[in-house]
Amino acid sequence: MTILLDVRDLAVDIPTEDGTVHAVQHVSFAVNEGEFFGVVGESGSGKSVMVQSIMGLVPGARTSGSVLFRDRDLLSLAPEQLRSVRGREISMIFQDPLSSLHPQYTVGWQIVEQIQAHEKVSTKAAKARAIDLLDRVRIPDAAARFDAYPHQFSGGMRQRVMIAMGLSLGPALIIADEPTTALDSTVQAQILDLLGEMRSEFGTTVLMISHDLGVLSRVADRVMVMYGGRRMELGAADAVLCGPAHPYTAGLLRSSSFNREPGTPLVPIGGRPPSLLAPPEGCAFRDRCPDAMSICGTKPPVRHYDDGTEVACWLESTPVEPDPPVLPPPSLLASPDDPIVKVDGLRLTFPQRRGEPRVVLDDISLEVRRGETLGLVGESGCGKTTLARAIAGLVAPTAGTVEFDGAPTGNLDRAQWRDLRRRVQLVFQDPFGSLNPRRRVGSIIGDPFRIHRLASGAERQAKVQELMELVGLNPEHYNRFPSQFSGGQRQRIGIARALALNPELVILDEPVSALDVSIQAQVLNLLDELQRRLGLTYLFISHDLAVVRHVCDRIAVMEGGRIVELGTADEVWNDPQQPFTRRLLAAAAPEIPREPRDRRLLPLSVAGAGQQPVSGHPADRHAADRIAVEVAS
Amino acid sequence: MTRFILSRIAFGVLVLFLLSVFVFMLFYVSPSDPARIIAGDKATEELMAQIRANLGLDRPITEQYVTFIGNLLQGDLGYSYRSSMPVSELVVSRIPVTMSLVFGGMVFWLAIGIPIGIVSAKHPGSVRDRLGQGFAIVGISFPTFVLGMLALYLLYFVPTKLGFMLFPPSGYVPFEQSPLQWAWHLLLPWLTLALVVAAVYARLTRGQMLEVLGQDYIRTARAKGVDERRVTYVHAFRSAMPPLVTQLGIDIGLMLGGVIVIEQVFGLLGVGSLAVTSVAMQDRPVVIAIVLLGGVFVVVSNLVVDTTYALLDSRVRTATR
Repeated sequence: MTILLDVRDLAVDIPTEDGTVHAVQHVSFAVNEGEFFGVVGESGSGKSVMVQSIMGLVPGARTSGSVLFRDRDLLSLAPEQLRSVRGREISMIFQDPLSSLHPQYTVGWQIVEQIQAHEKVSTKAAKARAIDLLDRVRIPDAAARFDAYPHQFSGGMRQRVMIAMGLSLGPALIIADEPTTALDSTVQAQILDLLGEMRSEFGTTVLMISHDLGVLSRVADRVMVMYGGRRMELGAADAVLCGPAHPYTAGLLRSSSFNREPGTPLVPIGGRPPSLLAPPEGCAFRDRCPDAMSICGTKPPVRHYDDGTEVACWLESTPVEPDPPVLPPPSLLASPDDPIVKVDGLRLTFPQRRGEPRVVLDDISLEVRRGETLGLVGESGCGKTTLARAIAGLVAPTAGTVEFDGAPTGNLDRAQWRDLRRRVQLVFQDPFGSLNPRRRVGSIIGDPFRIHRLASGAERQAKVQELMELVGLNPEHYNRFPSQFSGGQRQRIGIARALALNPELVILDEPVSALDVSIQAQVLNLLDELQRRLGLTYLFISHDLAVVRHVCDRIAVMEGGRIVELGTADEVWNDPQQPFTRRLLAAAAPEIPREPRDRRLLPLSVAGAGQQPVSGHPADRHAADRIAVEVAS
Repeated sequence: MTRFILSRIAFGVLVLFLLSVFVFMLFYVSPSDPARIIAGDKATEELMAQIRANLGLDRPITEQYVTFIGNLLQGDLGYSYRSSMPVSELVVSRIPVTMSLVFGGMVFWLAIGIPIGIVSAKHPGSVRDRLGQGFAIVGISFPTFVLGMLALYLLYFVPTKLGFMLFPPSGYVPFEQSPLQWAWHLLLPWLTLALVVAAVYARLTRGQMLEVLGQDYIRTARAKGVDERRVTYVHAFRSAMPPLVTQLGIDIGLMLGGVIVIEQVFGLLGVGSLAVTSVAMQDRPVVIAIVLLGGVFVVVSNLVVDTTYALLDSRVRTATR
């Protein structure tokens, strides 16, 4: 096997106003010709910055180390030489195909531009090639779509265009940066298949970045796990994902909902990722690691297993399996005879300027039982959020009725409407956009008390702090602004606000979609715990079947404004009746089997010839030990 | 698209109608008496009554307005109280001067402002950026007449004293007569106007470009191997243009109604200087005509902007189809 891309000791520093971000810290890896190499990591792991800096696409970045590609060091190429590599020998596909395509030019123009940037060909010839490429990525009626603009395509089609563009000059390497993250799961699967096909058809090597272990487990030959700007583990995909040697990889797998039996609580990785402004001395994962030892305060050596797996960790045994958190018993058991919400024949249409009104919800009947978690799954635009809003009484149905706790929600007087607002609460997807950045967290969470005139002054503050405690926020952070919290913490703020008035029904609209896997698990567990303790009823909206299956008692599958299937989580998962449900299931990530690996750790001296296992002054080591002890205690 | 343009035109007509009512009312409530201005201080009351009757000023305002609009629709704007010339002739004769000044100046302010903005945005925080933005601040802060006087002093007065004429002091030579003289006479006003206005464009361009250069599709263009010049101009500047076009439309529309200060400083007999004298003389028909003319320019330039927007932005274009 020949090595196509050889990254050695790559470090990327990005100067910012807050100081230098050490986004990538001495990462080495090699991509072999023809393979599908996956890089997995959560946000802030440095994975995107790493590949973009290889291509010279991070403005202001300072790089060191070397990136050998076909005997040239990409980091030391002159701008013009690097430009001729970009797009011709290495091309990139980005996460959001809408924002990654120029909105003012046709897709055909954009492909032709790439061809003409590197080859002297007539526009006519380039156009013929572009149409052929669009055809090969299966854009229907490619010749006619050549002159269409990106906004006239669906998300999946846009990503196909990006792939066609990436392949236009037959590059040796395609770097795909979260290519399916912004897409619906069925489309995601199609795009992954397409990438695989194109790889065999064009003989291209693929380096794909993803935060999604499920996605990578399907397609990658080898996987590198990154955390806090560093390489944690590297090896064959099945070795790394089925028998992780690094506690972080193991932790990621444990907190992934697709990978856990429904009903078993997820085991989140506690804490949060380290700051890249001042990276820790020793192992970056030490603070969150269940296997942390005092030696972890010193930079861990790279250890080699005889199956080729490389791990940056002091641990010599398999990582421990921490016990799942113990949840209190549910205080309320759902029963079919006690519905909190009854929706009957609900229909919602929006008038359109021309022609027929648009049907958003079509003849929907369902019940939400008190104390259960009902999942609403479907792809974007299927009407799931609108249904939730209709149930909350925020949009009036065109026809049909919605009853909350036995009383119809149509024609409420002011007092009743206010009361409904208290009993039904919403938690939104985007923890960044749904909190006013200029207001203090305490006043955001205290809003419900203020609006409903229930508490004020010191009493309100006490209640807010109690809520913060309840959702796992530090009550002392009462006066902070949302920007001082991480994504997961902001979602906790949203949950605290929703719980302020002891609601009966909480509508969770994609509550974890914007969060990293390890944080997702924390929030999901929190929701579970709160439900058990407070006897809440959840309406859980998500596009992610794995998450829904994990947390929901029953699942309603929506397609085109209708509920096509409704059943218990088990029924829907194991015995889907509708073709659409089957398609959704087929697209969902498969469970990764956990297999104990039969492998041997190679002695340090043999394997890490160039590696310094323990570096630094003895005094430093002492200091590191002390820190480790403090963390442990 | 046609529907879109037609609706904009209809809206423009409505704006002009309201504008005409407004100006008319304004003069009706103003305390000065045109008859006094025409006849002079020593005129008898009889003479003034005669004049008022001739001008129709003794009739009710609604009737005056209807007559005015009726005449206007036939292209008759009445006669100047002051010079007794037909208003339309008087105003139209001034338009070429103002148009020459504004469009010529536009070339200069775009040629100065946009490159400064682009260079600043490409190297934010650099010395070039600071110089460019410093220039912009100076341009914005200086009163127009100060810049104009400075230009006159340095480029006309000083050279003339030294015995040669670099630029003519003032005046306007029609383009048809001699394009070279036309440009030579207008160069100083153009530069002065450009210095004042370029600053706005430099800042606007910088802000827009900075935003666009951070977009994902710019990264895509670089990843494709498009060279940096093309990234800047074909990809980034293209997206930064719509707000510039809007600003340009507003500026041109307003300025065509008269660039008062510059016309005064350089002795250009344009719409602006006509406006100044007419207002001072209470020359009602002329002032009304100039205000309406300004309104027409603003409406037309907005229409042009909206149409250009649709041409520039594929999303607007397909939405209004």
